[in-house]
Amino acid sequence: MEEILKILEEIRPEFDFKASSNFIEDGLLDSFDIVTLVNILEEKYQIKIDGLDIIPENFSSAESIFNLVNKNKN
Amino acid sequence: MQINFKNKRIASILGVLPEQEYLFDDEVNNYSFPVRQTLRLKKVMGFNKHRLAKDSSCVSDFAVYAVNYMLENNWLDRDEIGAVIAVTLCPDYFVPHISNIVQAKCDLSNNILCLDIAQGCCGFLIGLMQSFMLLDKLENKKIILINGDVLSHKVSKRDRNDFPLIGDGAAVTVLENCDNYNNNIYFEMHMDGKRGDALKVPAGGFRMPCSPETAVMQDQGDGNFRALDNMHMDGSAVFNFVQAEVPPMLESAFKNSNLELNNIDYFLFHQPNKFMLKKLAEKANLPEDKLPMNLVENYGNLSGASIPFIIALNLQEEFLKYEYKCCLSAFGSGLSWGVMFMNIGKLEHCEIIESNL
Repeated sequence: MEEILKILEEIRPEFDFKASSNFIEDGLLDSFDIVTLVNILEEKYQIKIDGLDIIPENFSSAESIFNLVNKNKN
Repeated sequence: MQINFKNKRIASILGVLPEQEYLFDDEVNNYSFPVRQTLRLKKVMGFNKHRLAKDSSCVSDFAVYAVNYMLENNWLDRDEIGAVIAVTLCPDYFVPHISNIVQAKCDLSNNILCLDIAQGCCGFLIGLMQSFMLLDKLENKKIILINGDVLSHKVSKRDRNDFPLIGDGAAVTVLENCDNYNNNIYFEMHMDGKRGDALKVPAGGFRMPCSPETAVMQDQGDGNFRALDNMHMDGSAVFNFVQAEVPPMLESAFKNSNLELNNIDYFLFHQPNKFMLKKLAEKANLPEDKLPMNLVENYGNLSGASIPFIIALNLQEEFLKYEYKCCLSAFGSGLSWGVMFMNIGKLEHCEIIESNL
């Protein structure tokens, strides 16, 4: 989870992700940030994230992103 | 909807681009996002450079330039032409139609059919479908299919969602019957108007005419600025629509036409952006080496002209010499999504030229 937060802070350093309960609703991540994040996660964890899983709900919290990575690792 | 055609072929393809090229690196400061964040999109989305028309240039200007080039270089004769079909989202006027303007400016016969069709990303497939149906009645005549857009005129330069990927230009494809040439063509098309707002230009039609109010730039709350006069694409909705609808359509099309993935030499797809195409290829198990994805990084997303341009950009030499089994697919405004299997090759001509438009 810490690794995920570190990546998020690298993408949008101006935001405090730990203080947000929903990254999408709070405007911390937009659709292009999600594209950037998917690209970083795929390279870092050597995974392929299913296109159907690239929906805002799966990027709303560090936990949902962590679960998405684990799902695609498996 | 499924339709089968027989013995039709693409004879020639000509793409006409504006000469003015704009670099993504030079535009990053137009957007109200951190430069470093915007530049990251270069690699992932394929944003690099795009061709944009002059403010005064319209689709008919590109089409007339192309058709005159074809006539002057003996690609075809005026008396061979049976119809002009123009597919665009960017009419010069409500009336007259682009096809009629081309007919007049290229001095074509009065004994031809001129037809405009309003379509965006699926414009090449819809244009081929209409042309093939018409060719059944036109015997030895040829059809000039124009696919062109100047969407940069309708996209806000301060809208990072839409502006970096836009490209202007037109492709003209010559189509003909070929009785001595066995080309069984399979075509499948789907449309869902309920999701149509995902790609929309709110103002400019009769529902909401352009006015000083519709031209006011507004902060969309996500850092992008656009007016009601501007086109907007809901990127997430369109991405999810493509990932959900296109792979099952391809699967059923392969089944219906008794083809397998390895029967296809090239997958010639509409070019929205590199990320969407890569994810689509993964989802549908398509071989990336047979699916060119480099239009956006070279010219921008050319809307309905993307497929003829991707052929002329990548496969010009091959398609002049040999014939290939191709899978064409497009997806976008409407929302619409379609696929066509057909042989393309041994073209008479295939070129991309620059204009001063």
